[in-house]
Amino acid sequence: MSVSRFWRKIPQRYNLVGTQCTNCGRHFFPPRSLCPDCRRSGHIVDHQFNGEGTVVTYTVIRSASDQFEHTTPYVLAIVELDEGPRLTAQVACLPEEAKIGMRVHSVFRRVAADGESGTIHYGTKFVPSE
Amino acid sequence: MRDVAVIGVGCTEFGEHWSTSFRDLFVNAGALALEDAGISGEKIDALYVGNMSAGRFVEQEHIGALIADYAGLATKNVPSTRVEAACASGGLAFRQAVIAVASGMEDVVVAAGVEKMTDVGTGASVDMLASAADREWEGFAGATFPGLYAMIANDYMNRYPLTREQLAQVAVKNHENGAKNPIAQFRNRISVDTVLSSSLVADPLRLFDCSPITDGAAAVVVVPLERAHEFTDSPVRVLASAQASDTISLHDRRDISTLDATVAAGKRAFDLAGLSHKDIDLVEVHDCFTIAEICAIEDLGFCKKGEAGKLTAEGVTALGGKIPVNTSGGLKACGHPVGATGIKQICEVVTQLRGDAGARQVDAEIGMTHNVGGTGATVVVHILGV
Repeated sequence: MSVSRFWRKIPQRYNLVGTQCTNCGRHFFPPRSLCPDCRRSGHIVDHQFNGEGTVVTYTVIRSASDQFEHTTPYVLAIVELDEGPRLTAQVACLPEEAKIGMRVHSVFRRVAADGESGTIHYGTKFVPSE
Repeated sequence: MRDVAVIGVGCTEFGEHWSTSFRDLFVNAGALALEDAGISGEKIDALYVGNMSAGRFVEQEHIGALIADYAGLATKNVPSTRVEAACASGGLAFRQAVIAVASGMEDVVVAAGVEKMTDVGTGASVDMLASAADREWEGFAGATFPGLYAMIANDYMNRYPLTREQLAQVAVKNHENGAKNPIAQFRNRISVDTVLSSSLVADPLRLFDCSPITDGAAAVVVVPLERAHEFTDSPVRVLASAQASDTISLHDRRDISTLDATVAAGKRAFDLAGLSHKDIDLVEVHDCFTIAEICAIEDLGFCKKGEAGKLTAEGVTALGGKIPVNTSGGLKACGHPVGATGIKQICEVVTQLRGDAGARQVDAEIGMTHNVGGTGATVVVHILGV
């Protein structure tokens, strides 16, 4: 991924900052600049999520793309944040620990790197809360 | 709007074509389709080419022009357009051709699909296919395509009574059909054991739950129904063409295990044709993974949610069953050259409706195709009949 494309998402990736439509109250992560319900009558502001959530579904990736090959196996999940929106992220736990319905909270982690001398990508992962 | 008919189909063998280039794959399929339709290149008014990612698989863009050129149509100045919707590119190219003919803008139109996937390594192709989902918010986190469908499978199996064995039966059935298809990539029969002892790709999906990396091309010729008799005695009518969208990310879906775009496109297609699922004699669904066929059968309305696994295990979807699904072998056994799959589905249904399907022939007058882009962000459904 190009440096610029990674760099401009740092506020969201490093801090779990999404958005909220103040017209209908719905939260978004990944951030949206247009509310899909209210569309042009919506008003979007930034929202800092508290990072608490629940695993909706998950898998254990055993065969990955080149960038993630060295980290296999890893747990990938769809996490529903307590404010409502869902996101796709890794859960830093053993494959056999992962369960649908488990409570998790966000942590700041190294996600991947562009080869040996390229950009290191940091971002949000989750860890079990209990 | 004019009624539209398919008058010719052509498909290369699907598989690993080490000695055939991207452009030659298309030319081979195109030539077969024109020969089948009994027409020559001068008669073609327009070309629509489904292709997902030639830019990354073979580092070639400007596919419309390349295809027109090597089909011998550039010097005739025939307009040629590339259509892209990830794995639904082929189905969407067919839909564009149907729209062009139905509207009266064009008369003789070729819809084609082509992909050359084996010129890159597996890790690179996994990365390219992941771009059919949300690259910035799914791919960034390490989501692979099998991984996303594995999350659908885990959600489904957590909520509905589907066993791992029933899921494996989808692959067993599709290999059985593929064994009877001369263009299929895999023509070997497999057992439930073969599937369950294959390596895990993304839990609970194993290698034999996944469609393969494939090279291939397919092409069809469409004309106004009123002119079909000029070319053939056995035209196949396009009874409905429907398309629907959903969120690009799986995590934003209303329901992880229901592809709402399939539900919407299926319903639109049935409404347009004035038919119901009871009228369909065979269906080619997008089984990029075994769980995808389970969801497709339900989301198109052939059974209630949660019942497709049982139906598959009982043979209802096999050749000779009440509703044969993926007589071609599907994406699983026939192979999945992403941009070509949607056109291959049309080729299979047309071949079946004409009674030319040989060992895999089913008794059919009306057939359906279901082509999915990504994890369900684009779905294209067609109904064809004789």
